[in-house]
Amino acid sequence: MSNVLAVLEQRAGELKQVSHEVLTAARALADALGGSVDALVIGSTGVDATGLGAYGADRVTLVEDEELSLYQPDVFNEVVTAQVRAGDYAAIILAATAMGKDLAPRVAARLDCPLAVDVTAIDGSGGITVTRPAYSGKAIYTAEVTATPCVISVRPNAFTPSENAREAAVETRPAPRPDLRARTVRVNEPAGERLDVAEASIVVSGGRGLKGPENFKLVEDLADAFGNAAVGASRAVVDAGWRPHADQVGQTGKTVSPQLYIAVGISGAIQHLAGMRTSKVIVAINKDKDSPIFKVADYGVVGDLFEIVPRLTEEIRKVRGG
Amino acid sequence: MKIAVCLKRVPDTETRIKIGADGRSIDEDGVKFILNPYDEYAVEQALQLKDSAGTGEVTAISLGSSASQETIRTALAMGVDRGILLETDALPLDPVPIGKALAAELGSGDYDLIFFGKVAIDDYSHAVGTIVSELLGIPSVSAVGRLEIADGKGTAEREIEGGVEVVEFSLPAVLTAEKGLNEPRYPALRGIMMAKKKPLEIKPVELEEGGLSVVELSVPPARPAGRIVGEGADAVPALVEALRTEAKVI
Repeated sequence: MSNVLAVLEQRAGELKQVSHEVLTAARALADALGGSVDALVIGSTGVDATGLGAYGADRVTLVEDEELSLYQPDVFNEVVTAQVRAGDYAAIILAATAMGKDLAPRVAARLDCPLAVDVTAIDGSGGITVTRPAYSGKAIYTAEVTATPCVISVRPNAFTPSENAREAAVETRPAPRPDLRARTVRVNEPAGERLDVAEASIVVSGGRGLKGPENFKLVEDLADAFGNAAVGASRAVVDAGWRPHADQVGQTGKTVSPQLYIAVGISGAIQHLAGMRTSKVIVAINKDKDSPIFKVADYGVVGDLFEIVPRLTEEIRKVRGG
Repeated sequence: MKIAVCLKRVPDTETRIKIGADGRSIDEDGVKFILNPYDEYAVEQALQLKDSAGTGEVTAISLGSSASQETIRTALAMGVDRGILLETDALPLDPVPIGKALAAELGSGDYDLIFFGKVAIDDYSHAVGTIVSELLGIPSVSAVGRLEIADGKGTAEREIEGGVEVVEFSLPAVLTAEKGLNEPRYPALRGIMMAKKKPLEIKPVELEEGGLSVVELSVPPARPAGRIVGEGADAVPALVEALRTEAKVI
């Protein structure tokens, strides 16, 4: 019981960045336990698995079905649980993404094994100990895993992918076709190409200080100036209907940990801070120098956002252009 | 239509968390508890479905301490018909035993639909509803932002990174509610009065320990103090310089 199964995620044949984080976490745990890392990629045919060895996989299994272009919970659950039952695993690691949050409990329930969700650190030096935030980051649990195998979902951006050169053996086998209790029939893509706040490495969020939904143009322009930044929002403006709930950062929205988080016109209610306090660098722009947001910000600019933000957009364009 | 809604009593989102004397749980002294916000969407959806069907019963079920009766009463005041408290003193961190205890109750209830909030804002497991569906062997869709139910079938939409998944299923099913699924009603005074007379059954339950043993609950380290770079648009060049050379994020 010392091997680790890494369940990777792909979309349209391309592995997601978070899969490298999952592999990195799996490698570190397997090394501590003295085991190996098996990676599982489930989906349509034609996923490119080369290079997975570089992130720590010893073996890669592609489980394919040309009709499996979308996430089908019943198929994925069957593939993962069958692999676990046939192997010798201490842990099954996947990402706490929309897919992982749905799949992890299914696997744990079917295997009747423990589930640790949204884990930010794993220690395998004496048994398995996990660290995971609760109360939306206002508190942190440290918990010992007392039964194996254990299903662990890791929070995106919590594990930095590290290269770990090795050659992975790759095998391909067909996916099973169980009866589907629920069937994913399609994915509707939004018109915009902007990244999700939970995935982006730079997030620019706006709050009530923007005074109206039309002024989010300022936030969007700044996000565009960075190239690939996401646009987030505070609960107040989502509740007011200015922005969709998908953009909400905070305790009843998304928890984000980007490299750079810029809060524009957000005062910093405790439930908002809970959702972004693990960002690497926080910038706050607010007219009230006593706003709580400045207590968590690494860099603050006090003043009128309607003057500051366009100037910042201009400067960022200059930096990136030159 | 027979519908169940599963509820959890959680600390208010504005609560400042203090660690309790045991070092493994929060200090509940002075903490205001509320119905988990995501569960409000679940309750509202159940009530709307019952209303549109014109017949049926909505049952609220909560697993927790005796104080969870108050949480169930909130749902009864919104319009839920009856409540069941599965009473236990402590809930394990591992969501699997929680799912088992709820599945044992729900499995005998002959429900057409079972609603949960997508996540409880205390433990943030995002798992219990989905575990229940697996244990009962019925379909489930998690984090549902839009739902249509007709003729024993359903279509649910759930947000994923950069898109919306459309999922079809047949009843009975478990659905976990995302914010935005509907606009939850506030309990009216009449509802609050009526709630006091609605049936609330209390059943003691024994939970398994699960496979996660809490070693410590701690408050995250405070972020090191930052600095105000300056005031107004004139401070922007200094900010950009700091982001480039000090923080090295651009």
